[in-house]
Amino acid sequence: MSAAEAQAAVPVRKPGDLRRVLRRVSAKVGLLITVIFLLLTVAAPLVAPYDPYDQDLSSALSEPSAQHWMGADQYGRDMFSRVLYGTRTALLAVVVADGLALVLGCAAGLVAGFFGGRTDAVIMRLVDVVLAFPYLLLALIIVAALGPGLTNSMIAIGIVYTPQYARLIRGQVLAIRHADFVRAARALGASRVRIMLRHVLPNSITPILVMATLQAGSVVVETAGLSFLGLGAQPPSPDWGALLADGQSYFLTAWWIATFPGLAIFLVVLGFNLLGDAFRDHFDPRRAS
Amino acid sequence: MTRYVIGRLGQLVLVLIGVSVIVFFTMHVLPGDVATLLLGERATAEQLVSLRHQLGLDQPVVVQYADFALEAARGDLGTSLRSNHTALADVWTAFPVTLQLALSALLLATLIGVPIGVVAGTRAGGMLDNVLMTATLFGVSMPIFWLGLMLLLLFGAGLGWLPIGGLMPVGLDAPRVTGMTVIDSLIAGRADLIAASLRHLTLPAVTLATIPLAMIARVTRSEMLATATLDHVRTARAKGMTERRVILRHILRNALIPIVTVIGLQLGLLLSGAVLTETIFSLPGLGRLMVDSILSRDYPVVQAGALFIAGVFVLVNLLVDLSYGLLDPRIRRS
Repeated sequence: MSAAEAQAAVPVRKPGDLRRVLRRVSAKVGLLITVIFLLLTVAAPLVAPYDPYDQDLSSALSEPSAQHWMGADQYGRDMFSRVLYGTRTALLAVVVADGLALVLGCAAGLVAGFFGGRTDAVIMRLVDVVLAFPYLLLALIIVAALGPGLTNSMIAIGIVYTPQYARLIRGQVLAIRHADFVRAARALGASRVRIMLRHVLPNSITPILVMATLQAGSVVVETAGLSFLGLGAQPPSPDWGALLADGQSYFLTAWWIATFPGLAIFLVVLGFNLLGDAFRDHFDPRRAS
Repeated sequence: MTRYVIGRLGQLVLVLIGVSVIVFFTMHVLPGDVATLLLGERATAEQLVSLRHQLGLDQPVVVQYADFALEAARGDLGTSLRSNHTALADVWTAFPVTLQLALSALLLATLIGVPIGVVAGTRAGGMLDNVLMTATLFGVSMPIFWLGLMLLLLFGAGLGWLPIGGLMPVGLDAPRVTGMTVIDSLIAGRADLIAASLRHLTLPAVTLATIPLAMIARVTRSEMLATATLDHVRTARAKGMTERRVILRHILRNALIPIVTVIGLQLGLLLSGAVLTETIFSLPGLGRLMVDSILSRDYPVVQAGALFIAGVFVLVNLLVDLSYGLLDPRIRRS
């Protein structure tokens, strides 16, 4: 690949890009949903009418009503408050798991792409092996080894999503490592680490952001899935997946326990997907055309 | 071509070795003692030592792995700590349940997803396109464990149209031939068995098909749009070919490779989804077996299951790659 081609392969960041992305209705809806859930994360104690852990056996399994908008669970805990607090766990999972995958994946991809040769071969074969597992299954194995719990489930999901970032960043590095500005930096005596962190990484921010947004929805679903299977957040934590698992036991008699946490997961994932789709379509020249 | 297939099968062996290393060391190096788990907290120190020795757990991990790898190469993946069957036998018994579920979901997803993508792609920007694409976006965003419960609530508990779990009604079983209830019922040739197995399969298959269906529809649409602008399509139209023929022969045919790739890649998603779907619908498949084995630290079954699933996954990817030659004569020739 020539230097010119290499530079052409790098997405160019232009001022006002974000504003252009957000001009689309779907992006606006996605952003609105995401912002609402972010606000709820912060404002949960102000908005929630009850403490999410408060039990009131006289209200056990009561239907949605003016008193309990989303009904109450088997211990009489207010479902609306529990779903609201569940927003915190879900978004924490996005930050921790997606963040971990991003950091590990970027590091692996940068090293593989920049050093090439055996280093590249070893890292990429490892990536291939991890990709040979279905996501949830690998996460299950890791979390089983680490022990059930929210932190461990977030670490497991982070590890599972790492190869995606590694592949992406390696591709970016290969595309720009012979670009003029990288050669110029090398000629000026910049170290490999400096070139990677100051020149290669910032020029890969756009695709990383697109992937992080697209992965965020999956991270929410997978974390909730692990909790649903009993391997993530443990009772009485108001985690959406754990609430759904509770609801499964009562779904014949109390439909509301499973319905509302699932709806919340669906909406958050929809928000991230709308936003991610808009970013991807905007920055991918093939799709834009 | 033969050399290519042999090379890919060689890669499969490497991937399986890698998978076995990851699973083995994850299950053995990380915290948690299998002997304590099996015997319970009240076991005496002597009992624990004896069991560890019996299971070979008192050996260095590398030695344990070498033993495991040698036995695995001979086809022995150990004995289940729970059922006392060979680990491979447990996996083999559960696999047809998951295979039937995954294949029926993939069939549904393809039969509905591709036409939706074609319709949306040929009416891009129109009302129908917008409605269909919004629906697929909802599909992609759906947590299937929630969807499964909602379908159970509506069609199982609410309307009573379909059963709420299990493979077959209690007391009604087709003689086991393949382990796939629908096929076994067909082989038995009894209408009541066929109807019962299909009724039990419907909700799990629909649940599991939702996300792949949405993804296949979206990729079909975007590939239809990308292919529709190519020169040969314009030429076909200029020659006066009917629109139906242009779509089927010139656009869809050329858009098939990415569509087939996506269909093949759905397998991983289906196997992941099967874990949750089998949990919701109480199906004794491979996903459920893996979860139960992980929770009870039945590591021979976890290892056997993981190797089996990874092997199937890599083999399917190979088949997808080989199918390109059938779809595109240029690839076949090269």
